Amino acid sequence: MRKIAALLFIVLAYSACKNGDANSRLPIYGNRDTKNVVVNGKTVVDTVYQTIPAFRFVNQYGDSITENSLKGDIYVADFFFTTCPSICPIMHRNMLKVYADFKNVPDVKILSHSIDPKHDSVKVLKAYADKLGISGNTWWLLQGKKEETYNLAQSYLTRRPEESAKDLFIHDGLFLLIDKQKRIRGSYDGTDEKETERLIADIKKLRAETNTEIAQ
Amino acid sequence: MKAKTTAFIAFFTGLLIVMFACESQDSLEFKRYYVNGKLIYQQRCQNCHGANGEGLSNLMPPLTDVAFLKKNKQQLPCFVNLGLKGKLLVVNGKTFSNNMPANDIAPVDIAEVLTYVTNSFGNKMGVVTAEQVTAQLKACK
Repeated sequence: MRKIAALLFIVLAYSACKNGDANSRLPIYGNRDTKNVVVNGKTVVDTVYQTIPAFRFVNQYGDSITENSLKGDIYVADFFFTTCPSICPIMHRNMLKVYADFKNVPDVKILSHSIDPKHDSVKVLKAYADKLGISGNTWWLLQGKKEETYNLAQSYLTRRPEESAKDLFIHDGLFLLIDKQKRIRGSYDGTDEKETERLIADIKKLRAETNTEIAQ
Repeated sequence: MKAKTTAFIAFFTGLLIVMFACESQDSLEFKRYYVNGKLIYQQRCQNCHGANGEGLSNLMPPLTDVAFLKKNKQQLPCFVNLGLKGKLLVVNGKTFSNNMPANDIAPVDIAEVLTYVTNSFGNKMGVVTAEQVTAQLKACK
């Protein structure tokens, strides 16, 4: 009897875990606010989530990129510069794995913002993209006004980049996962292989979630 | 006859002892260079060249091309010490022209990291000594 009870417990625990996993949604990060909305004549309180603000940058092809270019897309964002000797090569070695997995998935994009736009011109970014072995419109390397990039970094809840005395740039090595509503749904250490695997799994989870929402 | 055999055995045993002693001293030196070199590699080289010397696409050259390492053996300490600026290198059949930062470290450290690199990632080129590095650094252009 005990044995059966134990077995039942294991089965239940396992199915509970499995269930939890399948139904679990990614958290929504950032500050949140409330607003009153009228639904069917009744006033109800709705949650307003922090979203990524509007922006305008140029990608490696010289195309102008704004938040509207990402309509209907899930995307991963990071901050880097092409002459970065420290963490950027590790980050982009990992990001290449994300790219390899999703380059043929139309609603997933990668945005790498240069925090050194003075050196990282469109031409430099294109050369970097070519050497990195990326093409098409899955992975954009973006540059624009430095101030705008630095402010944007803070919107992604990463540390505001800084320039040190030696004129090197200090920045977080985070990968940020953004959903189709421009909400932050995940934050990953881009220098860590395991964290990158978690990001890839979470992108799949987020796609399943949003695709179900659309179906409903 | 017996004495001769004993002498022969004694001589042969002695020879073996000397051989093993030499070998173990060599391998001890190799291990010292290799282990210290691994640490320096992790601190200074791994970000760009990768944990397995795989490099990064066409941006950072891999360290797995034995032919390249053998051909440039004399130059390797110069590469580490002075860095590289826009020099075209053909590694594994790909062309690289990225900048590599200079490393302000002692010749013995260069010897250690080169011993690690040239005996890892499928390479097997033996120990690189501090004396060799010091001599090669003098010939850097």
